[in-house]
Amino acid sequence: MSRSLKKGPYIYLKLENKVLAMNESGKKTVIKTWARASMISPDFVGHTIAVHNGNKFIPVYVTENMVGHKLGEFSPTRNFRGHGGKKK
Amino acid sequence: MAIRIVGVDLPQNKRGEVGLTYIYGIGRNSAKKILETAGVDINIKVKDWTDDQASKIREIIGTGYKVEGDLRSEVQTNIKRLMDIGCYRGVRHRIGLPLRGQSTKNNARTRKGKKKTVANKKKATK
Repeated sequence: MSRSLKKGPYIYLKLENKVLAMNESGKKTVIKTWARASMISPDFVGHTIAVHNGNKFIPVYVTENMVGHKLGEFSPTRNFRGHGGKKK
Repeated sequence: MAIRIVGVDLPQNKRGEVGLTYIYGIGRNSAKKILETAGVDINIKVKDWTDDQASKIREIIGTGYKVEGDLRSEVQTNIKRLMDIGCYRGVRHRIGLPLRGQSTKNNARTRKGKKKTVANKKKATK
């Protein structure tokens, strides 16, 4: 079920503030975050955000198409390398 | 005389409501709405439509509905967008697995296609 429109999108406040501060000062640094559930707001475009996947931080370069998705969608938590194969 | 709408031959012997669903992008619900706005009874068979009614239906579909090729290409571009941005759903599209968290231990054959048998492991021989 989709989120109630009344509430507006969930954007992790600390992260948003950091991004806004960077936009203002014009600096670009990689922000580490654990907020996988946070939605990508239009302010994030052009920044690189390192999203934690439970093991390490995956750098995500945010493009315009990604707005409206959540950060976690770009940082896979499982790493499937394929079945079987010859052991030798 | 077959009635063609947006490049699809409609079946002659079906009721209008059902006949319209042979067009990609039109289901029972929108078929009903189309016929209602065109002022055609939903129970009239396709072959019994007058030319006037047919052209009216054609016009309504042409203006208010996205069907057939246009709709198909829209769906494809949506999928392509997901794959390009590399999000989870896009990745699942790429490797041909279900997108919405379904189990893939068994089944999921719609996405995975026909079964590919994996050779058995050879039993250890003494």
